Amino acid sequence: MERQSKEYEDIPGTTVFDADQCRKGYGINMFCMSLLKADNREAFKKDEAGYLGPFNLTPEQTQAVLKRDWNGMLKQGGNIYFTAKLAATDGLSFQQVAAMMTGSTQQQYADMMLAGGRSPNGNRSKAEWANKNG
Amino acid sequence: MAKIVAGVWTSHVPAIGAALDLGKTAEPYWQRVFGGYEKSKEWIAKVKPDVCIVVFNDHATAFSVDIVPTFALGCAAEFAPADEGWGPRPVPVVKGHPELAAHIAQSVIQDDFDLTVVNKMEVDHGLTVPLSLMFGQPKEWPCPIIPVAVNVVLFPPPSGKRCFNLGAAIRKAVESYPEDLRVVIFGTGGMSHQISGPRAGLINSDFDRAFLESLATDPSKATSIRHIEYMREAGAEGIEMVMWLVARGALSNNVEEVHRFYTVPASNTAVGHLILEDRDSAPSAMAAE
Repeated sequence: MERQSKEYEDIPGTTVFDADQCRKGYGINMFCMSLLKADNREAFKKDEAGYLGPFNLTPEQTQAVLKRDWNGMLKQGGNIYFTAKLAATDGLSFQQVAAMMTGSTQQQYADMMLAGGRSPNGNRSKAEWANKNG
Repeated sequence: MAKIVAGVWTSHVPAIGAALDLGKTAEPYWQRVFGGYEKSKEWIAKVKPDVCIVVFNDHATAFSVDIVPTFALGCAAEFAPADEGWGPRPVPVVKGHPELAAHIAQSVIQDDFDLTVVNKMEVDHGLTVPLSLMFGQPKEWPCPIIPVAVNVVLFPPPSGKRCFNLGAAIRKAVESYPEDLRVVIFGTGGMSHQISGPRAGLINSDFDRAFLESLATDPSKATSIRHIEYMREAGAEGIEMVMWLVARGALSNNVEEVHRFYTVPASNTAVGHLILEDRDSAPSAMAAE
């Protein structure tokens, strides 16, 4: 049986966290959830790779976490509200992580927000992004 | 008889809580945001609700990916502020209203809404930031709070229409509670924002302003917005706005606008705020003083 296509896959620069993504990213998200406890944050900081062991991540997921590839974590099933706990553990704000995910500096990103944010125009569909970059 | 006298809608941006907790409210950036709530704080101090029902979403705090309830009703006697990774916010413990909550569960579930009853739950910025915006920084919150958590983290959240109808069922439940209680219902989250992936930073002021206008004048426009439209137009996380429709459904058609405020940005997010009094249940201004 072919998988039904999902109309939200057409939104550019966006990974919608649905049940398929949730299943794929269960380990990443439960790892992030464990960081809600101060003791666990300390244990993770002392030995990042060792701490990840019991969460059964794929090698790609492990690399995304260790390299702080924030977009990679989302693609591999992480959800932003979970990965934000890892950002907090690193002492980063939401806005700092958002800047990293968009490939801009924190200052560029903050300036964009102050100027009213990213316009929906040109950012509604993958076709619009293809035109912009093509 | 208990009645819902007013609705309050507000964004619940975590950075707003951090700005309050770290004493940054006087900075020009934050003054622009907090200035929009001065009138609201005066208003709610006069209304003095007996209970507030706060519709919010948990941000991977109380609910991990093990269990994701679509609608969860907080029936506990108290709800502790959660450690979201930065340590808990220095705000009072949230006291519940277990009797009214149990009554709402009885009524709403038998009205075909399959609520999850929650007897232990820590609450995150989604619930505490709106309280801070409306009540400031008191030693105790001025009234009991009933949390209603809506899933907007795992797609799909409930539809806007479903949320609106849940609000109507909550109103019916409140109105069948024998004690004379004046209840204010909060809708929180939104407005347009995307905080994930390469499209992060998306803001759509036109969409947000139309949404506020719809809540105030014709909620049927807002209830017909589809999920794909929220996400395309108002950002992947802008879908939180469906929660606002629960609170709107809990008010009658006979509403009067008390206050409206909109500004961009607070951190990554557009901030929207609206107060409507219900003229059916609060015939005079200030939610029937």
